[in-house]
This record gives sequence, structure tokens and C-alpha cells, in this order.
Amino acid sequence: MVSFITRRLIVSILLLLGASFIMYQLTALAGDPLEEFYQSRLPNKNQLIAARTEALQLNVPAPLRFFLWLGGAAKCLIPFGNQCDLGLTAQGQKVTDLLPLALGSTLQLVTAATMLAIIIGITIGIVSALRQYTTFDLVVTFFSFLLYSLPSFWVGILLKEFLAINFNDFLRDPQLGVVWTVIVSIAVGLLWLGLIGGDRRRRATVFAVATLATAAVLVYFSLADWFLHPSLGPVFIFIMSAGIAVVMSALMAGLRNRRALVTGAIQVVITMICYFALQSLLNISSISTLLILGLVTIVVGLVTGYLVGGPDRGQNMRVGAITAFLSASLILVDRLMQSWPSYLSLSAINGRPIATVGSQTPGLTGDIWIHGVDSFTHLVLPTLTLMLVGFAGYTRYSRAGMLDVLNQDYIRTARAKGMPERVVIVRHGFRNSLIPIATIVASDFGALVGGAIITEQVFAFSGMGALFQTGLRLPDPNPVMGYFVIIAIMVIVFNFIADMTYSALDPRVRTRG
Amino acid sequence: MTNSFGTDVPESRLEEAPRDLTLGKSQGRLILERFLQNWVAMVSLGIFLLIILLSVTALGAFGIPGWWKYAYTDLVPLQNGGAPTLSLVPEWLGGAGIHLGEHPFGQTLIGIDYFAMTMRGVQNSLIVMFIIGFLVAVIGTVVGAAAGYYRGWVESVLMRFTDLIIVIPVIVLGAVVGKIANEHFKGLGVLGLSIVLGLFLWTGLARLVRGEFLTLREREYVDAARVSGARDSRIMFRHILPNAVGVVIVTTTLIMAAAILLETGLSYIGFGIRSPDVSLGLIISQNQNAFSTRPYLFVWPGVFIVALALTVNFIGDGLRDAFDPRQRKFVAKRMKEQGK
Repeated sequence: MVSFITRRLIVSILLLLGASFIMYQLTALAGDPLEEFYQSRLPNKNQLIAARTEALQLNVPAPLRFFLWLGGAAKCLIPFGNQCDLGLTAQGQKVTDLLPLALGSTLQLVTAATMLAIIIGITIGIVSALRQYTTFDLVVTFFSFLLYSLPSFWVGILLKEFLAINFNDFLRDPQLGVVWTVIVSIAVGLLWLGLIGGDRRRRATVFAVATLATAAVLVYFSLADWFLHPSLGPVFIFIMSAGIAVVMSALMAGLRNRRALVTGAIQVVITMICYFALQSLLNISSISTLLILGLVTIVVGLVTGYLVGGPDRGQNMRVGAITAFLSASLILVDRLMQSWPSYLSLSAINGRPIATVGSQTPGLTGDIWIHGVDSFTHLVLPTLTLMLVGFAGYTRYSRAGMLDVLNQDYIRTARAKGMPERVVIVRHGFRNSLIPIATIVASDFGALVGGAIITEQVFAFSGMGALFQTGLRLPDPNPVMGYFVIIAIMVIVFNFIADMTYSALDPRVRTRG
Repeated sequence: MTNSFGTDVPESRLEEAPRDLTLGKSQGRLILERFLQNWVAMVSLGIFLLIILLSVTALGAFGIPGWWKYAYTDLVPLQNGGAPTLSLVPEWLGGAGIHLGEHPFGQTLIGIDYFAMTMRGVQNSLIVMFIIGFLVAVIGTVVGAAAGYYRGWVESVLMRFTDLIIVIPVIVLGAVVGKIANEHFKGLGVLGLSIVLGLFLWTGLARLVRGEFLTLREREYVDAARVSGARDSRIMFRHILPNAVGVVIVTTTLIMAAAILLETGLSYIGFGIRSPDVSLGLIISQNQNAFSTRPYLFVWPGVFIVALALTVNFIGDGLRDAFDPRQRKFVAKRMKEQGK
């Protein structure tokens, strides 16, 4: 294993060097950084040309200039040396000063979108594989093809112009009419019907229950002015976390395993106690408090699982940790919602919360929750755009992967020896179908960060994509290379992780090296 | 009359068998039949051909004038504020009847006919798509075939180069390469852009073809061909390639669908086709600010991008099913019932 890792590491470093060289030469071919001066009538034109030639070392031919650049970049490897030198931009700023900010705002955008796309995409893909050739499967397949064929800039502009503006208008008088209530309820009912399936009677029950429940919730929202004063409330948090506990233990341990269920139930109780006890702590929290609380939550989940014991402690611990983490997130969401009314009434927001440009409201003051809501309203549309486009791909991959696995002989063997259907699907089917998906997720990461270039342009987000674009337009080689190095390192690291995961999950791969 | 097992077969029964049933079908024929039976792919193919026909005949091609009265460069005085005149609701339903009118998709702010612009954009997308598809198929196949067949240092050199290119995300590569095309091959216009893009996008296909060749080169029929004295190029292209052609066709089709989105995306951010020529992505970016007042300037190019990409994706998926029917056989529900 060690020699395998070393070999992969050396190959990765060589790949990074080679790809940077190619990219450097391509950027040098993409145009002359001095071009804007040639047509200018400024009196100090010649000095400007000389200064930029000096700063960007343009009198050295590009293949050699790469090694000068590489020399500066190599200094980044000195730990704590702070001598990183990725060159200057055409305006004379250091690229290393620009990168961290841009990277931060792009990561914010990409992380949430990727995680949502992966979770929703894989879930829907697997359910539609299990319901192959039903109406649900056909609808999902059609929509994933449609989303796969949508240009992201078009989706982005549509969301901006329809969703954002209409939602902001809606907030002026947040009453859902009868028509919308009926349409939304029936749509949600149909979704549940498709997801759960079963015989005719069961489907009718599922549809009726889901539709009526949704309608009731929507009517309550309108009556209680929920859209202006949203909150989850203790009752809903209790129901949701109990639901999470049941679903998690059903999926991971089976409902027959009482100990997993007990672990889940304990998490629900702890969640409810925390909900009432921690509000005042949350009011004065900072980011690090929240991180610590998150860690504590997971540890508590693991410890409870261990203490409940039983023949399979690992299973309990997994159920405990996931239930604890998800229910704790509900408390956070609830706290964010409590800040919504005060956010809406801020003068900078003026009752129109969903933003269409930028990554934050300039000059906003307030506690961490106000800033949290502000990030949310700025990120929701670009995240949705990226998610819709990425989700389509994952649905198709995971559907194909799951069908492929369900076709295998060992699935038939598992059924033949009388395994419960849950075990066959979750343990034998789902886990094995994750192996190819892990590789695809990792190698898609580059495409996703690349796709963010267009989304950032649509929403005027000043992230990595903007840095790359303005750099390439001039062209200004150093910011372009700075962007590329970061992206290439991410792509290579993710591919490396994918290889490692693959060889950990599937021992057959390791021998191939 | 004896059959191959040497037993007697009555003459009469042989003649009874209808000729059609006994005739074998070639592999290609089976694939074609499976593809023709896939109604989603056939409908998509129909729509795709209709779009090609519409855009080519409306503006003309190769110097032959089309049937539409305006060119995408003509400035026409604004009529009715540039509102679209297309009507699809027939009169007996209370609409204005089915007609195109003077400016079916409306006019831009300065008065250019938007139908002509959209059709020009569709033509350009098609050109980019077909040239990229052709170049990717040829280069990817040759590189992959050489690497998979010769192994050794040829494979090392070609595949390490492929690895290097794959590290660069497609849109980043596309933007830089598009900028190069705009800088150095300005005279060639759309052709220059699509050729330069095609020269860089073949890496994914090359990997897949190499994989196919690695397994196929060990087959007996390859040994047989080699023993009977066939040259390397003959083995590669006459014996192995026909068995790997499914991968090439399917992947190329899917890359062509992605190429439409790549071209429009690049034109949108300004590194693809540039004004005064027209791209569907470029006119969306020019008109996105007019969305609230003139949504038709935004909607029509988008509809055509989606229609092109969606139909080509469906055709590619149909081809995949036709070449690899194994995926279709499994039905989860039936398996579950059998299992119980």
C-alpha cells in the first residue's frame, strides 16, 4: 500500500508540473499583455510599456519564463516561510494577495452546491433505479436529461429574473392563494407517491396523506404570516428529529435492531433539551463556538451509540452520530430563521431579501446570524444553479451504477439465501454502487469548479472565476496561472483521494497500481 | 440431404421454412434495428433534423440564399417596438392564427431581425458541433488505437500527454484556447474556433478507445490476422476498430452535445464567437439586461440551445442502448419478484 501511495504521489506532482507548463504556454499564446498600450495616446506610453515588461518579465521567452515563475511558486512549499511568489498582476498587485479572498468565496459557492447535488442526485438516482420503468423513473430520467442539456447561464438568468424578483414581490403580501396551495400540495403528493411506490391502495394512501399534510402546512403558513416570521418551532423539530432517527436506524441497522433505535431516541431527547437550553448561548455565538458545538454533537452521538452497546456497536455509533448531527442542524436552521424578520427590516435590505448580484450586502452590520442570513440570500440562487446542473449528472450515474450492481450474481445470491430486502439493497447493492460514483464525484470536481466560472459571471460573484476571466481577457498571465494552480491542485488531490478510496473499497484495484 | 451432424433431414421440411427467418442478420443490422425501435431517439433525431433544415434553408448556406427575407446583419426600422409577431394559436381557438409575421422572434434594440440572428446562431452552433465531433472522433480514435495496440513507449508518451490535458478543466481549457483562436485565427471565424477546440477535446475518447483496444488486441481473430500476414494498420482499422466502433460513435455523440453547451457558454463569457458574428450564447449575454421588458430576446436562443443539446443527448443515449443492449435486459421489479 505504501509503495502504491508513493507512486501515485510522484505521478501527481509530475502531472501538476506538466499541466502548469502547458497552461503557461497556452496563456502566453493567448495574446500580448502590452496590447492595450499600443493604440494608446498617453504621453508616458513608452514608460508604461517598459514598466509592465519589467514587472511581468516579458522580455524572457515564454518557455524560459515558466521556470522563473516556477521558481517563485516553489517557495510556497517552504513551511511558514511566507515567501510564496506567484508573480504580479498587470496592475502590480501580488497574485498571492488576491487568491485567498477569491478562493474563499468560490469555495462557499461550490461546497454547498456539490454536497446538495451529490446527496439529492444519488438518492433520486437510486430510487429511480429501484423503480425502473415506472412513471417516476421515466419522469426522473427525462428531467435529468433536460437539466443535463440546460446551459447554466440561461438557468441562472431565469432564476434571477423569475424566482428572485417574484419571491421578493411575494414577500410584500405573503399570502398563498387557493390555486397555488392546491397546485403545490398535489405536486408534493405526486412526488411522495413516486418515491414510495407500492400497490394501488398504498399509493392512494400515500398520495392522500402527503397532499393533505402539505395543504395543511401551507394554509398554516399563510394564516400565521410564516414567510415574514419563519421558525421551525419545538414541535416540528421534535417530529423531524424523531423522523431522522427512525429513517437512519431503518436504513443503517434495520428497525429490528432495537438498540440503534434507542440510540436515535436518546439523540432526539438531547436535541430537545439543547433546543431550550442553548438559545442564549447561540445568541452570542461566533463561528468557532458553532464549530465546537458541532464537534461535541458528533462525539455525543458516537458515545451514546457506544454506551447503548449490543452486538454491533459500530452500527449504533453511526446512527447516533448522523442523527445527532442532522437534528442539531435543525436547531441552527431555526436560529437563522429567527433572525429573518430583523434582517428583512434592515435599511440595506428594504424587504427584498433575495439578492441577484454579489456575495454579500456591502456595509452590513450585525451578529453572525444576520451575516448568515445575508450569505444565504446571496448564495441561494447561484447554488441552486450549480446544483441543478450537477445533480442531473449524478442522478444518471447513480441510476446506471445501481442497475449495474443489481444485475450482479451476488445480489441474486443474497436474495436466494433469504436476506431481507433492506439488507440486499443497502448493504449489497448501495454500498457497491458507491464505488464507481466515488470516482466520478472526484473527477467531476474540476468540471464543477470550471462551471462556476459561468455562474459567477451571471451573479457578479467576485470569486476565482472572475479572477481567471479578467486575467485572461487582457491577457494577464499571472492571475490566470494562480487560478490554474489552485484548480489543478484541487483536481489532482481529488483524483488522488478517489484512487485511494477506490483501492480501499475495492481491493482488486490495488494490484494494478 | 444431410445436415452438419450427418443425420437425414427430410427435403420437404427444409423447403417449408420461410426464407426470411433463416436469413441471418449482421451485427450492424441488429444495432440499426434496435436504434430504429427506440422512439425517444427517433423523435429526437426528427426534431434535430428539422432544426438543421430550418436554420440552413432560412438563411441559406454555401452562398445559396435562403427563403427568409432578412439577413442577420440587416438594419430594419423598428416595427411595433420590436415585438415578436409569431403566432401559434389557430383562429378557431381564439388566437391570431398560425403565421410567422414580419419579425417572428421580434427585433433587437437597434432593429436587427431576431429570427435571422437566432438562425445564424443555430448554424454556428451546428458548425462548431460537427467540426468538434469530427476532429474528436478522428484524433481520439487514432491516438487511442495507437496507444492500445502498440503498448510500450508509444502508449506511455500518448497517455501521459492525455493525462496532462485532462487535468485542465474543459471550460478553462476552452476559454484559453478560444482566446487563442480569436487572437491568431480571426480570419477563419467560427471555423478557426471549432478547429482549435477540436484539437484539444479528444482526450476523453482516446482513453476509452485505448481501453477497448487493450482488451480486443488479445482476441484470437487478431492473432489469426497477424499470422496470415496482415499489416498493423490493417489489423487496427479492419479487424479491431469495427468491434470498438460503438464506443467511438456513442462518446462522440455525447461530446457533440457537450460541445454545444461549451460553445454557447464560452461565447457568453466572451471567449467564443464574437460580434459581429452571432452565437446563441453571445446574444443571450447581450440581451440579458432587457429581460424584464423584452423577454423574447432572451427566451428564443435558450430554447434552441436546449433543443439542440437535448435531442443530441437523447440520440447518443439511444445509440448507447443500441450498441450495448445488456443494460436494458434487467428489470428491478421482475428480479425482485423472482427473488421472493
